[in-house]
Amino acid sequence: MKMLKINNLHASVDDKKILKGINLEVNAGEVHAIMGPNGSGKSTLAEVIAGKEEFEIKKGNIYLEGEDLEEMAPEERAHKGIFLSFQYPVEIPGVSVTNFIRTAINESRKGRGMEDMPANEMLKLIREKSQLLDIDRKFLSRSLNEGFSGGEKKRNEIFQMAMMEPKLAILDETDSGLDIDALRIVANGVNKLRGKDNAIIVITHYQRLLEYIVPDFVHVLHDGKIVKSGSKELALELEEKGYDWIKQEAAV
Amino acid sequence: MAYTEEELKKELETKEYEYGFYTDIESDTLPKGLNEDIVIAISKKKEEPDWMTEWRLEAFRAWQKMEEPEWANVKYKKPDFQDISYYSAPNKKPKYNSLDEVDPELLDTFKKLGISVDEQKKLAGVAVDIVMDSVSVATTFKKTLAEKGIIFCSISEAIQEHPELVKKYIGSVVPKKDNFYAALNSAVFSDGSFCYIPKGVRCPMELSTYFRINQAGTGQFERTLVIAEEGSYVSYLEGCTAPMRDENQLHAAVVELIALDNAEIKYSTVQNWFPGDKEGKGGVFNFVTKRGLCEKNAKISWTQVETGSAVTWKYPSCILKGDNSIGEFYSIAVTNNFQQADTGTKMVHLGKNTRSTIISKGISAGQSQNSYRGLVQVNSRAENARNFSQCDSLLMGNRCGAHTFPYIEAKNKTAQIEHEATTSKIGEDQIFYCNQRGIDTEKAIALIVNGFSKEVLNKLPMEFAVEAQKLLEISLEGSVG
Repeated sequence: MKMLKINNLHASVDDKKILKGINLEVNAGEVHAIMGPNGSGKSTLAEVIAGKEEFEIKKGNIYLEGEDLEEMAPEERAHKGIFLSFQYPVEIPGVSVTNFIRTAINESRKGRGMEDMPANEMLKLIREKSQLLDIDRKFLSRSLNEGFSGGEKKRNEIFQMAMMEPKLAILDETDSGLDIDALRIVANGVNKLRGKDNAIIVITHYQRLLEYIVPDFVHVLHDGKIVKSGSKELALELEEKGYDWIKQEAAV
Repeated sequence: MAYTEEELKKELETKEYEYGFYTDIESDTLPKGLNEDIVIAISKKKEEPDWMTEWRLEAFRAWQKMEEPEWANVKYKKPDFQDISYYSAPNKKPKYNSLDEVDPELLDTFKKLGISVDEQKKLAGVAVDIVMDSVSVATTFKKTLAEKGIIFCSISEAIQEHPELVKKYIGSVVPKKDNFYAALNSAVFSDGSFCYIPKGVRCPMELSTYFRINQAGTGQFERTLVIAEEGSYVSYLEGCTAPMRDENQLHAAVVELIALDNAEIKYSTVQNWFPGDKEGKGGVFNFVTKRGLCEKNAKISWTQVETGSAVTWKYPSCILKGDNSIGEFYSIAVTNNFQQADTGTKMVHLGKNTRSTIISKGISAGQSQNSYRGLVQVNSRAENARNFSQCDSLLMGNRCGAHTFPYIEAKNKTAQIEHEATTSKIGEDQIFYCNQRGIDTEKAIALIVNGFSKEVLNKLPMEFAVEAQKLLEISLEGSVG
């Protein structure tokens, strides 16, 4: 089953071309890593899939389980099962982690024509998932991302992902700002969520995270295009040689 | 009789009730304009004693020499005071025959607020076809209160029944010559509420639902007087979350609170007068003077949620006269479209060890202007006075304005005064973050605004807080497009 299919995708912001013909297919049960130098368009790709409106799609299509996303608002895409773990999660003062995730889950259920999740079920889920990610209960009553350390922010993103059980999860540089212990906890959490019915795209600079979340495929993004795809060994090669050889190859 | 608030609420939902106050007045409307004869006529209509008539006349004479203040950060066309009718009997004729005739937008808002159909009818002025139960809920309330010696009635009734209390306290906190609008109110006030809590008595209920019943009967110049005797406590709720459409453009209320030694008054307001339409046409001018006096160890808390009115001019204040007295002001002011609000507080520290806290949350959207104006004054004899002020502004879009005017006057070296202020904007990135989690933009704004206002919402009595939250959502609907 094709979870995600991207066809010749071109996207711009303020007439600046960022994505210049992306082709990508991700099947259910797979983990794909997208690597590439700064400014190659990795975060843009993630945000375009999630439906951020400041980007203009000039050409191409994105399909989730065969359904064209073009006309769908970001929240509708979320209701369909797309989850983006943000590189820079925003603060929402006065809104607790629990309140936020409860709202997110119930709004998503509403979007799918379901009733609110019963409170006891919600509490059970929160307990289970916070344990999975080694999250202190006190943490859950703090304002969303306000005063969180880099590591706490990322852990909170993965906690939300665990709560929402998405079909397609995109992790945008989830490893940045994490020390090695936190990295292990987060990766462990992600691995527990891997299954045959969902897919994960991991965006990262470094090979380090891929030691813990082992990808089925690795793609290299450069100047708005996927210039190379391969197995997990490609990540090691990149770590060793850097990105210059890719850039040169692409220039030929 | 044990009557829980819950039961009362249920009863209110299913029963209709009497207005109470105005039933004996059959007369019409006085001619437009204001002069001594009109003031006398108002007093006569209300069958007031001579001292009250004289008091009104003194206020009127003072008002004539006063000028309308211009220092507030609001722009509006000044009312023509000779073009207003200062007395009109309540309209007994229903405005509509059925709910179908009422503005659907208004009904929609009622629904969102979860107001029962019967109450919707009442609020919109629809003829009610249910026969009223002869024993009104209000009477039941009164009985419970009377057992404790609490007096809670209209100010007109208090002038008749408890003249000694009214005479002693009216104008004692807001003198009749205090300011232009207070003087006007003193001369022509239509009605309002009176509340007296005897020594050592803790009022057993929030004076809320009751007020909601009576709200429909109060006029444009409302006068409220709350007296808490030594060691007593009362929580008083004013206003209504339901949108109030009123043909009176000018509203000038006066509220006076008196907290004697060791007494505590909690005064909560939700103000949702008609703010004008999306183009800024129409809407109520709300010029209010609210002030409380604290004697020794007394405490007064003002909590307000201001979402309505085209122009708001309002500074609930505390005179901390007694040693160790405490003043608090918690405020949320929302302005949208073309609304203008200039609101804040005055904390006047006279006694020793007096403390005050100010938390103000201003939310501006559309092309509105939202100003906080606050004065913290520490008198030379007020040893060890302490104040903490926090003023936060939240902006939505780039055509609105938020302003902060804090004034601090400290005449005692031991004073400790802290002021914190922040201004933030609801960012596109915050909205996108919420959207990505499946929360649509309207809901996202509500979530962010509620988070921003949490410290103040928490101060409201539970039942009111839930309504206020919904009200914030509705007030800001369509503000980000």
